[in-house]
Amino acid sequence: MQEIINIFVKSIFIDNMVFAFFLGMCSYLAVSKTVKTSMGLGIAVCFVLLITVPINYLINEFILKEGALAWLSPSFATVDLSFLSFILFIAVIAAIVQLVEMFIEKVSPSLYSQLGIFLPLIAVNCAIMGASLFMQQREYANIGEVFSFSLGSGIGWLLAIVGLAAIRERIRYAQVPAPLKGLGITFIITGLMAIAFMSFIGIKL
Amino acid sequence: MANMLKLIKNPLSKENPIAVQVLGICSALAVTTQLKPAVVMALSVTVVVVLSNVIVSLLRNTIPSRIRIIVQLVIVSLMVILVDQFLKAFVYDVSKQLSVFVGLIITNCIVMGRLEAFALANKPLPSLLDGIGNGLGYAVILIIVGFFRELLGQGSLWGYKIIPESFFEAGYVNNGLMTMPAMALILVGIIIWVHRSRNKDLCEK
Repeated sequence: MQEIINIFVKSIFIDNMVFAFFLGMCSYLAVSKTVKTSMGLGIAVCFVLLITVPINYLINEFILKEGALAWLSPSFATVDLSFLSFILFIAVIAAIVQLVEMFIEKVSPSLYSQLGIFLPLIAVNCAIMGASLFMQQREYANIGEVFSFSLGSGIGWLLAIVGLAAIRERIRYAQVPAPLKGLGITFIITGLMAIAFMSFIGIKL
Repeated sequence: MANMLKLIKNPLSKENPIAVQVLGICSALAVTTQLKPAVVMALSVTVVVVLSNVIVSLLRNTIPSRIRIIVQLVIVSLMVILVDQFLKAFVYDVSKQLSVFVGLIITNCIVMGRLEAFALANKPLPSLLDGIGNGLGYAVILIIVGFFRELLGQGSLWGYKIIPESFFEAGYVNNGLMTMPAMALILVGIIIWVHRSRNKDLCEK
């Protein structure tokens, strides 16, 4: 139990998707103009992460890993399919995003109209693919840890994009040198936020 | 012929994929703590962009537009698997250093962005040149960032010591902050600043 909470806190603050690994930067920079839309995108990313990472974990555990096919027949015990992981992971992500989109459209049209434009974008968001690849690399012990890792990464990403959007709303009234306006200052703000997040390094529960 | 040359030259500065089009930042920053992984990463991305641009351009009339995203993802991930296996076979240490970021070329916005914006509407030869141009444009930024981060952060280039020992005896210290993720963001911010003050028409209002 303690391990699960530890992974959760670690993936929000220390291994933050944006500040430590620069994942999902493209949509992070493009959609952080207002707090409201960035909140929508953040929630959508959280949601998709929470579904895709555990599914990819099961695929990795029972199909791709070396010896994972042993449950089928003992003669497959030496088969290693891990070179297929990129293509399977991205296929799962694209399919799940499509399903989630259809599901939300049916169940809650109001949420759909809020998230609508962002959902297809999420399929090519590096944070989603990155979380699946990190999950594979770090070899989490059980599905509980994977759930807490994916929820933590999602919340960390949400925190980062909402924070940046709030700062960008304020900075509109500041006098920024013309060549730095827009993209340049956003990079520098993100850098400063990353320095602030560095103070969390070393926290362990 | 002049048009063809433009396809390679424009992405180097005026239409640089990172500094101007804001594509593919995700992986650009995490691999630039040293020059060597930055160069390997830049080459891998160039190869993937060129190959998938050509293939998608050859198939452009047969891909139904409704499922084009997933077709593109499959083509790109095949190319990335090839590159990944190649790196593992020939430069294993760098491939370990790049870890998940080779896999993340799949969701690199440069690849998808060029496929959507160029390869789907143009013949194979221009697409080939466009791929080369954008790959090089990405490489330029990666190499600049990698150069400064390794030189100032570790006092070396390509793994060789550059700053002489006498400097350290005179009180020079490596700037540890340069190896942290935060400085990569700030360096890119500064590159954008310099680039835009030289090309005034790129400034945002």
